[in-house]
Amino acid sequence: MQLKGGESLPYPMFHYSTIPLSHSPKGSLHQGRVMRQARPIWQEGIRVGLIGGIVAVLLSLIGMVEAFSQRDIISNVVSMGHTLLLLVAVFMGYLAAKRTTQTEPLWILVNSFISGLMIGGLLALLVIVGSLINLRKVFVNAMPILYELLTFKQGTQIGVFLLLGAGALSGILAGLFYFSPPLARRVLINSLGSIVMAGVLQDLLYPTFALWGPLAVINEWLFTANGLTLHGAIGLFILVAAFSYFWAKRGSSIRTGLRGLPPKGQRLLKITSLLILIIILLALPQVLGLFLSEVLTIVGLYVLLGLGLNIVVGFAGLLDLGYVAFFAIGAYTMAVLTSPELGFFSLSFWGALPFAIFMGVMSGVILGVPVLKMRGDYLAIATLGFGEIIRILVLSDFLRPWLGGAQGIGKIPKASIGGFEFAGPPQIYYLILVGCLLVAFVSLRLRDSRLGRAWMAVREDEDVAQAMGINLVATKLLAFATGAAFSALSGAIFASKLSSVYPHSFNVMISINVLCLIIVGGMGSIPGVIVGSIALVGLPELLREFAEYRLLVYGAALVAMMLLKPEGLWPEEVRRRELHGAESVETEPKSVSDSKPSK
Amino acid sequence: MLKRWRERITPTDIAMWLIGGIILAVIIWGSAATLTTGRYTLYHWFDFLIFGLAQGSIYALIAMGYTLVYGVLRMINFAHSEVFMSGPYTAYYVAAAFYSSGFLDRQPILCLVIIFLVSMATSTLIAFLLERVAYRPLRTAPRLIPLITAIGASFFLQYTFRGLYGSGFQAYPVVKMMEGQIVFGEFRILRIQAVVIVAAALLLAALYSFVQRTRVGKAIRAVSEDKEASLLMGINIDRMIVTTFIIGGMAAGAAGVLYALMFKQVHFFMGFIPGIKAFTAAVLGGIGNIPGAMLGGIFLGLVESIGPSLFLDGLGIVAPYQLKDAIAFIMLVLVLIFRPTGILGERLATKKA
Repeated sequence: MQLKGGESLPYPMFHYSTIPLSHSPKGSLHQGRVMRQARPIWQEGIRVGLIGGIVAVLLSLIGMVEAFSQRDIISNVVSMGHTLLLLVAVFMGYLAAKRTTQTEPLWILVNSFISGLMIGGLLALLVIVGSLINLRKVFVNAMPILYELLTFKQGTQIGVFLLLGAGALSGILAGLFYFSPPLARRVLINSLGSIVMAGVLQDLLYPTFALWGPLAVINEWLFTANGLTLHGAIGLFILVAAFSYFWAKRGSSIRTGLRGLPPKGQRLLKITSLLILIIILLALPQVLGLFLSEVLTIVGLYVLLGLGLNIVVGFAGLLDLGYVAFFAIGAYTMAVLTSPELGFFSLSFWGALPFAIFMGVMSGVILGVPVLKMRGDYLAIATLGFGEIIRILVLSDFLRPWLGGAQGIGKIPKASIGGFEFAGPPQIYYLILVGCLLVAFVSLRLRDSRLGRAWMAVREDEDVAQAMGINLVATKLLAFATGAAFSALSGAIFASKLSSVYPHSFNVMISINVLCLIIVGGMGSIPGVIVGSIALVGLPELLREFAEYRLLVYGAALVAMMLLKPEGLWPEEVRRRELHGAESVETEPKSVSDSKPSK
Repeated sequence: MLKRWRERITPTDIAMWLIGGIILAVIIWGSAATLTTGRYTLYHWFDFLIFGLAQGSIYALIAMGYTLVYGVLRMINFAHSEVFMSGPYTAYYVAAAFYSSGFLDRQPILCLVIIFLVSMATSTLIAFLLERVAYRPLRTAPRLIPLITAIGASFFLQYTFRGLYGSGFQAYPVVKMMEGQIVFGEFRILRIQAVVIVAAALLLAALYSFVQRTRVGKAIRAVSEDKEASLLMGINIDRMIVTTFIIGGMAAGAAGVLYALMFKQVHFFMGFIPGIKAFTAAVLGGIGNIPGAMLGGIFLGLVESIGPSLFLDGLGIVAPYQLKDAIAFIMLVLVLIFRPTGILGERLATKKA
C-alpha cells in the first residue's frame, strides 16, 4: 500500500509537464494566435487581390465589361469597360494598402502591388482557360470579343503578360495614391471622377448643351460621337483640378463668410436661392428636352409615391409592402371614370381626380382595418398580399368587363386647364410638380402636427404610445389613408400621362422600389424622398442602354449603401443620431436594435 | 360577464370579424355550389390534392430557409428566393451535359444524385456568401436595414445569374424514369409528383430531426430563443447563424431541383414567385416555427390547387385558376385576422413583437 502511494508521486509531475503542452486545447489555441501574428507580410494583398480578382472575372463573365466597352470615356483611348476593371484594380490596391498591418511604406506598396497582380492574374487565367475550353456552353457572355478586350487585342500570349503588367501597375498606382497627401488625393478624385461622369453622362449632357446656342461650342470641343475628345478630357481635368484645389483652399472661408452675414442678408440669400430653385424647377423641361422631361416625370411620380409611403413607413413605422395597390386603385379609378372605351362615365381628368383620391383613402382604410393588430413582418407580408390580390383581380378575366383584364384600359383623356393641355412629358411635368409641391407641403405640415407626433410615437413604441393616450386605431388608419391618398394621386396622374393602364404596370416591384427609395433617401425625411427618387429612379433611367445591368448595379448599390451609410443620403436628424449614436455615446447595441421603427 | 365582454369588443374587432365572416361565407357558399353542380369527379379532386401536396411540399422546403433565418436573425431573408434559383439553374448545365451524353438515361439515379448535390452545393454557397458579405455587418442595425440589403442582394443575384447564364428559359432535361403514372386501382398519380412528395417528405423529416435531435440543432434553437444566454452557454453564435444559412441553402437547393423537375424549366426569375409563396407559408404557419413552416407550405399548396375550383367555380367566376394567387393571399389574410401569429403561433411571440 505504501509503495502504491509512493508510486503515485511522479504522476502529478507527468501530468503537469507533458500533457498540457501536447494535448490541451488551450495550448493549440495559443499557438494559433502566435501563428496569426507572424503571418506573411503579403497576406492582405493576396486576400484583397483574390476578392478583387473574383469580382473582375465575374464582371467579365456577366458581360458587363463587354457591354460597357461599346462606350468610350475618352474617344479611342479608354472605354468604359476598361475603366470598370481599372477601377476594381485601383480600389482593391488601395484597400490592400489600407488594410495591411504592415507599417513600412515599402511593404504597404508591395501589398497593393500584389493585389493588383492577383487581379491581373485571375483575369489572365480566365483568358487562358477560355482559350483552351469553350466556356460559352455555360457562360453566355464568354465570347471571343471579351478575350480580345481583356488582352487588348494582342492575342493570348502577349495579352496575358499585358494583363499581369496592367494589374501590377494599377496596384502600384493605388499604393502611391495611398501615400499621396489628402489634398492631392481629393483633387485627383474630383477631376478623374468628373471625366468619367462626363463620359458616362454624355447622352445627357450633349443634347442639353446643344439646345443652347453658346454652349454648343462646348460640345464641339468636349465630345465626339463616342466619348470625350482627348484635349477635352485634359482640359476638363485641369479645370476641375484647379477648381477643387481652389475650393479646398478657400471654400471654408467663403462658407464662414456667408454664415457671418447679418440676419437680413441671410434671409435675402435664402430667398434668392429659393427663387433660383423655383426658376430652375419651372424651366427644367424647356431646357432638358423630351427624353429628360420624361425621366423627370417618372421621378416626380415616384416622389409622390415616396412621400405617401414615407408617412406610412417613415412616420408611423408600418412596414407596407403592398403600397402599389393604392397606386393601382388611383390609376384604375381614373381610367374607369374617364375612358370612353368602357363607356360607363366620361368625366374629365379634374372631375375624376377627387374620386380617385377618395377611392385611395377608402381602400387605405379598408385594407388597413384587417392589419391593425399585426406587427412587423406579419404586416409586411399581409400588405404584400393585398398588393398582389389587387393586381391579380385587375388582371383576371373575371373582372374584365369592368376593368379591361390583361389588355388594360385605353383612351384616357389628358388633363387640361382652359386651353392648355397637359399632353406630352414637358407639360405633364408641371402637373406633377404642382402635385409634388402640394404633397410635400402637406406632409411637412403633418409631420409637425399633433398627428405627426402621434405617428412617430407609434413608430417608436406602440405600447407606450397607447399608454400615453394615443388612439392607435385612428392613428394607424389615418397613416394608411393619407399614404394611400398620395399614392392614388400619383396613380391618377400616371394613368392620364400614359393614356392607358395595364395590370402589369402595378407589380410588387413598384412597392419595393418605393420602399428602397425612401430608405436610401433617409427614412422619414422629406428631402430624402426627393434625393432617393433621383438616385434610384432617375439615374437608372439615364443609363437605359445598359438596361441589362441596371438592376444588378441597383442591387449592389443598395447593399453597399446599407452597409456604409444606413441612415440614407439625406437623413432626418433623429434617425442619424439613432444610427450613429451607438458609436459616440456608450450605449448597448441592443438598445439601438430595440428602437427599430417597424415594431 | 356579457357586459364586460361587450366593453372589450372594439369597432375594429367587429370590422375584422365582419371581413373574415364575409370571406368565410363566400368560401362556404362557393364550395357548396361547386359540390352540388358535380362538375368535378372524385378523381379530379384527387389530382388537385396530389398536385397541391407536391407543390406545397416544395413551398415547405423553401419556407424552412425563411423560418430558420427568421428564428436566429429576426429578419426576412428576401434573397432566399435567389438562393432557391441559383441551385437548379447551375445544376441545369450538369443535367444538360448528362442528357446529351446519354448518361442520364443509363444511370438516372446516379445522375439525379449528382444534380441534387450540385444544386445544393451552389445554393449553400450563395447562402453562405450572402450571410458573410451582406448580412453579418448588419447584425445590430435597425430592422428595416437588413431587409433593404436583402432586397438589394436579391436584385444583384438575379441579374448576376442572368448575366452569367443568359436571360432565356432553359428546358430541364426529361428523366425518362419519372415520366408516366403510378396506378392504384382507380386512382392515378403522376410519377414525378409522387417522387417530389416522397423526396420532400424525407428531406423535411431529416431537417426536422436535425434541428430537434442533434447538438447543432439544439444550439440553433437556443440562439433563436435568446442570443445572449446562448452566448453565455458557450455557443458560438456566428457559427450557428452560418449553419442556419447553410441548412436553409441546402433545403432551397433541393427544393429547386424538385421544382425544376416538376415544371421542367429554369429561368433567372424563377425564384421570385415561389419565394414569396414560401415566405407566405412561413408566416401562415407562424414564422420562426419549424413545424409551422411545413404545415403552412402544404396548406398553401393545397389551397392554391384546390381553392380556385372549389371556392370560385360554383360562383360562376370565369377562369378561376387565374385567381389562385389571390386565393392564397386571401387565405393568408384570413388566417392572420383570426390568428395574428399564424396557425401554430410563434414560439417567441411576446418577445419579438
